Amino acid sequence: MTEILHRTAAELGADIAAGRLTSEEVTRAHLDRIDAVDADIRAFLHVDREGALEQARSVDARIAAGERLGPLAGVPLALKDVMTQVGVPTTAGSKMLEGYHAPYNATVTQRLLDAGVVILGKTNMDEFAMGSSTENSGFGPTHNPWNLERTPGGSGGGSAAAVAAFEAPLAIGTDTGGSIRQPGAFTGTVGVKPTYGGVSRYGQIALASSLDQPGPVARTVLDTALLHEIIAGHDPLDSTSLDEPTPPVVDAARSGDVSGMRIGVVTELGGEGYAPGVEAAFGRTVDQLADLGAEIVEVSCPNFEYALAAYYLILPAECSSNLARFEAMRFGRRVGDDGTHSAEDVMKLSRGAGFGAEVKRRIIIGTYALSAGYYDAYYGSAQKIRTLIQRDFDAAFEKADVLVSPTTPTTAFGLGERTDDPLAMYKNDLCTIPSNLAGNASASFPVGLSEDDQMPVGFHVMAPARADDRLYRVGSALERANEEVWGGPLLSRAPELKGAAK
Amino acid sequence: MALSVSDVERLGRLARIELSPDELEQLAPQLDVILEAVARVGEIDTSDVPATSHPQPLTNVFRDDVVAESLPVADALAMAPAAEEDRFRVPRILGESQ
Amino acid sequence: MTDLVDFDEAVDRYDPVMGLEVHVELNTASKMFCGCSTAFGAAPNSQTCPVCLGLPGAMPTVNGKAVESAIRIGLALNCEIAEWCRFARKNYFYPDMPKNYQISQYDEPIAFDGYLDVEVDGEIHRVEIERAHMEEDTGKSTHVGGATGRIQGASHSLMDFNRCGVPLIEIVTKPIVGAGAKTPEVARAYVKTLRDLIKALGVSEARMEQGNLRCDANVSLRASADAEFGTRTETKNVNSLRSVERAVRHEVERQAAVLDAGQDVALETRMWHEDTGATTAGRPKESAEDYRYFPEPDLVPVAPSREWVEQLRGTLPEPPTQRIRRLTEAWGFSELEMRDVVAADAVDPIAETVEAGCAPQSARKWWLTELARRANEQGVELTEVGMTPQQVESLQKLVDDKVINDKLARQVIDGVLAGEGEPAEVVDARGLAVVSDDGALSAAVDDAIAANPDIAEKIRGGKVQAAGALIGAVMKQMKGQADAARVRELIVEKLS
Ligand SMILES: [Mg+2]
Ligand SMILES: [Zn+2]
Repeated sequence: MTEILHRTAAELGADIAAGRLTSEEVTRAHLDRIDAVDADIRAFLHVDREGALEQARSVDARIAAGERLGPLAGVPLALKDVMTQVGVPTTAGSKMLEGYHAPYNATVTQRLLDAGVVILGKTNMDEFAMGSSTENSGFGPTHNPWNLERTPGGSGGGSAAAVAAFEAPLAIGTDTGGSIRQPGAFTGTVGVKPTYGGVSRYGQIALASSLDQPGPVARTVLDTALLHEIIAGHDPLDSTSLDEPTPPVVDAARSGDVSGMRIGVVTELGGEGYAPGVEAAFGRTVDQLADLGAEIVEVSCPNFEYALAAYYLILPAECSSNLARFEAMRFGRRVGDDGTHSAEDVMKLSRGAGFGAEVKRRIIIGTYALSAGYYDAYYGSAQKIRTLIQRDFDAAFEKADVLVSPTTPTTAFGLGERTDDPLAMYKNDLCTIPSNLAGNASASFPVGLSEDDQMPVGFHVMAPARADDRLYRVGSALERANEEVWGGPLLSRAPELKGAAK
Repeated sequence: MALSVSDVERLGRLARIELSPDELEQLAPQLDVILEAVARVGEIDTSDVPATSHPQPLTNVFRDDVVAESLPVADALAMAPAAEEDRFRVPRILGESQ
Repeated sequence: MTDLVDFDEAVDRYDPVMGLEVHVELNTASKMFCGCSTAFGAAPNSQTCPVCLGLPGAMPTVNGKAVESAIRIGLALNCEIAEWCRFARKNYFYPDMPKNYQISQYDEPIAFDGYLDVEVDGEIHRVEIERAHMEEDTGKSTHVGGATGRIQGASHSLMDFNRCGVPLIEIVTKPIVGAGAKTPEVARAYVKTLRDLIKALGVSEARMEQGNLRCDANVSLRASADAEFGTRTETKNVNSLRSVERAVRHEVERQAAVLDAGQDVALETRMWHEDTGATTAGRPKESAEDYRYFPEPDLVPVAPSREWVEQLRGTLPEPPTQRIRRLTEAWGFSELEMRDVVAADAVDPIAETVEAGCAPQSARKWWLTELARRANEQGVELTEVGMTPQQVESLQKLVDDKVINDKLARQVIDGVLAGEGEPAEVVDARGLAVVSDDGALSAAVDDAIAANPDIAEKIRGGKVQAAGALIGAVMKQMKGQADAARVRELIVEKLS
């Protein structure tokens, strides 16, 4: 069983396709692993045991009947609970949606099902994806498999932790300001935020529509690329989705050639506030890339320093509107409908009871930022900063093929450490936010452990919009070089989980 | 700028979020700190910078005027907190005094 | 009871300013932002989906046909068409709007700066158009537990979202000034002209009674034509042409009374009540009504190419005022006759009747007399009266062919309206054909002469004009079904 759990998704897919393994065996192995360790990790909000096995058997039957399916057919996956899926609950980590069942599949969900990927269950997340630690989940935090006292990052902490804890080889995340990449960095997994519009948002419960982007999470670069290819592509149901071919991400992941590639180190993303162990790992990695034949250049993106401020205006503004539909009139937990309260009262009471503190904070900020008289100073200015950040990227990409930085200023912090200080929490996203504002592609790759605390460090790579393949070239090159040094994947060095011993 | 408790209460009303006195007391100073931080967007002169509302410069994405299948009524109403006669039942719309 | 000032006095003392907002429901097959059907009258919530129910994760997609209709409306209103514009979210909570924001347009409407010329008493008023923008309709609420289904006093409401998301074009005028005492008529003429234009464009059924076309009237008064605008009220629920005129008139009378009493007009939404002919206070417009508009991030901008716009310009129908001028001439009507036709909303039915082959004057006669009277009695629009232009043409043909006379024709109309079939069928079924068979007529004439010897004597003496009395007697005996001209001939023959 351990053998199955430690195989890559690409290997599992090949074994299943060749009849060496059945999807049912593979799925059972992962469901058993979830049973064994998830009480400690709490990566899943819902495990769809029967549904997953049924799906696995159906894939097995199709393969037995001689059908040729895709490279990940029969391979299990953990779906972030922000994506709708028929037949199981969709909560977005909010009490407001406890027990909610969507009547339709998100486009990402549908593509996974069509590709024969087996969906094990729905993963934990910060409520409505607002947070960087999964501590804002209405259903309790997820724990980092490397150290159960630390957070796995957020908002997609559940997806990253599930993959890091070998509960699933693949997961889906969504990234609004770093929610795929930061948990990737914290858990030693690979996370890619595709170019905005590369993957359909239809059926993703929206946080901030102009920033949100679903993406793949996995333990290896190739697995991430294979998953990327399945979920990406034009969707007529999402008007912001790009109507053009997906960049050749799988080829890039297999090539891993960075020779002659110009790699731009962003001056502004480092220095004060960055942990020494993170900076050391970052520097080591840049040197590694140079050794692999890449050309290292320094680039400056002076407006990045305003990114955080712009982001924390644009996001709350859009979310204050996106979350207006959660008022318990057509769905959701209704409070105070006792005949004495008006619809307005019931909306207020339901939202007051259903939303957690961070969601309330952001909705209030967003309501304020959009209100008459403040719009220009806040939202309007933030949208202009967005233009300046795009220009910074454009200029930098003249000099470099990709830009790099640490994914996060620090490694995974302790549970409860930053919950009382929203601003400290927000600063986690310093490096990841610019790409959401500009809409270009970015990824986090594991590049070792920090000397400070022996926790994983993420290496952040940013590529121009529509050049997602460049991320995979860099990631793959680093993965090969590092595994040679480490003698195997970084995650093989993660501590054994207690629960699994029994 | 300093957001007062009553400002926060007004915003809560506008956003339809019931906030307890404790929450109001807690939120007002927190929001103040956040607003001060985000006010940085006003630090640089952006008077000649166009605003970006959409990260990709797409235009004219239209759908053909073709009827698609709707949800079965039972599915539409399945998650309703209250329903009657195939309609969503909501509390009275006007307050007591209106 | 609200105090009112006599209208003439009111406009003597105050200068009315008016702004009209008209919402036009487009006749697309599918909704504005989803593929649900827009067909009217379906079972509750049977035309809904995740998008128009505002379910978590759903995203809108723009109906291209609706954009095309918006551009055509804009062009027909002589507007500029934006080279680039966006949808915007208008944020406010209301149970009939699932997302709790309406996708609309804010400072970048698709069409702006146009005008529509309307005619009142032979005079052209140019109504300037501020903008026309695209948006989506709300759901329909049924209020339960209160009196007469009103929202006031209801214990709860039931929501049907079939209408939710149907495409709307909102057309907003600039302030209409200088119409003075004619302000209510200008309001009516504007809505009517606009309605006819929309209908001619074929973009909407444009039936006010079905809510395809809804008008909100903003009215304010000021002391004089050079004073600043006064506080306005917004009157809603104005659902017929007649109501538009009456509601504006009423608001002028009511606001004048408020101002005369030294009070301030309240900034509020008022509801028009057809039955009482009065407005009542609705929702107070919070001075801080704050819709927190921002560009809709789920939709990309609309940038109609100039080629497309010009191509659509080529599909526009003739402007209404121009059409009236052309038809007046073609039909040989006097200005006065045409004015009555326009006032009675009979241009389209007459045009169709003429097209079916009827002489214009005959078509005018039926639509403006018999049919107009019946429509009025039934309280419906002329086109809803129950007789088609083709049937009117058939009726006139029966008259022309001397199968019936005008008097019998009225009974035929009764029959058609009662659902007894086509005019010819009614004539047959009711036995209404004129008798011109000499045998039957001759006997009746003989009877009339015998019964009125003195009159017969006068005619014999050369007083031919006295024949009328005998004709009357014959007609009476034959229940109006005699050919009057032949009866006259027979009388003169027999008595000379
Ligand atoms: Mg409107
Ligand atoms: Zn729909």
